[in-house]
Amino acid sequence: MSSLGPPAGYTGAARSLGAASRTGAAALEFRGVTKRYGRGEQAHGAVNDLSFEIPSGAICVLVGPSGCGKTTSLKMVNRLIEPTAGEILLDGVNVLTEDVTALRRRIGYVIQQVGLFPHLTVGRNVAVVPALVGWSKERQWVRADELLSLVGLDPASYRSRYPYQLSGGERQRVGVARALAADPPLMLMDEPFAAVDPIVRERLQDEFLRLQRDLAKTILFVTHDIDEAIKMGDFVAVMEEGGRLAQFGPPDEILAHPASDFVARFVGADRGLKRLSLVTIADLELAPLAASARAGLPTFSPSTKLRDALSVLLAADSRGGVALDEEGQPRGLVTVDAIASALAEDRHAATAASAATTGVSGAAGDAKVAAAGGDS
Amino acid sequence: MNGEPLVRWDWLFAHLGPIADRVGQHLYLAAIAVSVGFAISFALAALSIRRRKLYPFVTVLATAAYTIPSFAMFAALVAITGLSVFTAEIPLILYTIVLFVPNIVAGFDSVPWDVLDAADGMGYTSGQRWWRVELPLAVPLVVAGLRLASVSTIGLVTVSAILGDSFGGLGYYILDGYHRHFTTEILVGGLLSIGLAVIADLGFVLLQRLLTPWAARRAVGG
Amino acid sequence: MDLIGATAAWLSNSAHWQGSNGIPARLLEHLALSGVSLLLAALVALPLGLWIGHSGRFSWLVVTAANAWRALPSFAVIGLLVPFTTVVDPNLGFTLYPTLVAMIVLAGPPILVNAYQGIADVDDDLVEAARAMGMKERQILLGVEIPIALPVLATGIRSAAVQVIATATLGAEFGFGGLGRFIVLGDANQDNGELFGGVVLVAALALTTLALFLVLERRLVSAGLARRAAG
Repeated sequence: MSSLGPPAGYTGAARSLGAASRTGAAALEFRGVTKRYGRGEQAHGAVNDLSFEIPSGAICVLVGPSGCGKTTSLKMVNRLIEPTAGEILLDGVNVLTEDVTALRRRIGYVIQQVGLFPHLTVGRNVAVVPALVGWSKERQWVRADELLSLVGLDPASYRSRYPYQLSGGERQRVGVARALAADPPLMLMDEPFAAVDPIVRERLQDEFLRLQRDLAKTILFVTHDIDEAIKMGDFVAVMEEGGRLAQFGPPDEILAHPASDFVARFVGADRGLKRLSLVTIADLELAPLAASARAGLPTFSPSTKLRDALSVLLAADSRGGVALDEEGQPRGLVTVDAIASALAEDRHAATAASAATTGVSGAAGDAKVAAAGGDS
Repeated sequence: MNGEPLVRWDWLFAHLGPIADRVGQHLYLAAIAVSVGFAISFALAALSIRRRKLYPFVTVLATAAYTIPSFAMFAALVAITGLSVFTAEIPLILYTIVLFVPNIVAGFDSVPWDVLDAADGMGYTSGQRWWRVELPLAVPLVVAGLRLASVSTIGLVTVSAILGDSFGGLGYYILDGYHRHFTTEILVGGLLSIGLAVIADLGFVLLQRLLTPWAARRAVGG
Repeated sequence: MDLIGATAAWLSNSAHWQGSNGIPARLLEHLALSGVSLLLAALVALPLGLWIGHSGRFSWLVVTAANAWRALPSFAVIGLLVPFTTVVDPNLGFTLYPTLVAMIVLAGPPILVNAYQGIADVDDDLVEAARAMGMKERQILLGVEIPIALPVLATGIRSAAVQVIATATLGAEFGFGGLGRFIVLGDANQDNGELFGGVVLVAALALTTLALFLVLERRLVSAGLARRAAG
């Protein structure tokens, strides 16, 4: 089994690697991109007039129901599918004007089934693109080892193994390593973590986010899972059937102010709770806590998500919980009301938005917005 | 070949009777080989499935036997067992076994275990399960084996012509025509034996389609 | 048994190991002609099969070829070629050419079919991943599809080799040389020692070729494909 996390001494290596590997993440822009299949009467649009911009170093998640064109959109960036109309600009240059092979060698591509070549060892798999662009054998090996460590696999034991000997999670890590090998300015990821079980998936997501903190790549990520989109994305692009962009913005924006019924329905009636998973105890305003009142109350570390804290408080049917600081010392009191307030922060804007999205029922946020009108 | 027209139709029409006899002989020899071979193969396959350890051994023997050219096999057997229909049949049967056993085993192996599991769960006895579930599902590959073996046997019957004039079915005409430099005869023997093989092949394809409407035809040639 | 003694005697007779009708000469003849036929057949069938598998076009051609090959009795093929090859050359066309052409013709389809099937069976995802990484079509074929298809490819070439050796043996009935000659002569002269000597030699050649190919396959096929080969 692979190690639970990066091997000992990893943080240091990654930091220096991060600095050396930042060849400049590219900015990506979609401008009126359309893909139509069929001709004349039969034509139907898989993607329709898609436009948005991703700044360099950010993760943008394309999310939507199946058939909404998110994978098609992704594949148009590296031209596995050619757009019918519109432009895709990588650092301002239209990808359609570039030589396809050269373009693809500059873009990392990770897919759900990973697609590791079964006839090559893990090491050689990772080194595929460097080999294609002509790195020396020496440099290829060094790089492959670097990347294997980066994704949490000990190079000495993994580089000579074959894909069939790896577990699903291990294979996904190798897939990510392979995509990063030539240090591409852009990464495309198509439901990369969907084929593994939820526990492994969560671990892979966390590790990937940790990696991203150091590497700061521009990433276009496709998923059908709204929770994954919210967790992974700096920006979320919600797509609807017919290949249209329903909303684009940071995850909290999408959750707090869904732009249409569709988006509101897609993010789920529990979007208020989802927003709570974006904030941690560390950011919460705490009530003062008397030492005597501490007894028997649940405790929370600073990194606990508000959503989990709320869940604990409700289950324990407790008036409140104790927020701890980094050293484990009590900082203050956490109450259900306090958590609710955190949600209702921009309730003025939220009230306006909820008026526009009437018909959406049961959202905890909405209820709190209405109730918090007078209280605080 | 020797200044003669390619086909001597007069000879052909004069010999329609003997030719028909030869066709009959050809089919007769093939039919015996295939049916006897199938019976023996089924037993061997059943044994191989019960005693898995035996199977690699069986495979190796089969591959070795198949590799040895049939011509050598026929010639060798004549020397040992003398000239008779029995002699001619032994190599024919042997080659069908070589082709059948792997196919039969593969056929039963191809039944998905979850189907067997479901059958057990529904209360089939092992006998019922074998008859009503395993057998029908193994049929496609078994019939594919029948097809392969039949076509191959028809071809091999021609080789048995080396045993003598009263053998070989249509192969007799090929060999005799060769020795006599007689094109017509070669054509009769060659084209008819190919024709028989092709008809048998098509016949089995039809059988496959009829017996297994649910089986998608994916593999090339089956 | 008398047979074993006769065969041993024939094989150990040094006279049979010399001259243009000796064992080494016939063996060489058999091997050389088999090798040439296999090579010629592969030269055409291999690229064709690989291309059809990679591009996906004309797969009907492969299906037809597969079925045609299975049905053709090699005895009939050799015989039917005689009237035509004798037109080209009355002597060689009666002995060498018909069997030689038959060898090439019969070796083609197994190579073609297996090349096609092997490439066609390569996971589409892998090909797409390779394309997405920036491999050109030729690089994909050579660096990904062929190595993965190698086990199936190798089996095709192996069965073609066995086929070719068998056809060459059979050709002895039609005046061809090679080791089959001993069987024919032994039969004609009622010399069981020679006949069985021939049988033993032919069997040995065929089995050795089989073993050699199996070893070669082991060596050439990537270790990473070991699991897949079982499936």
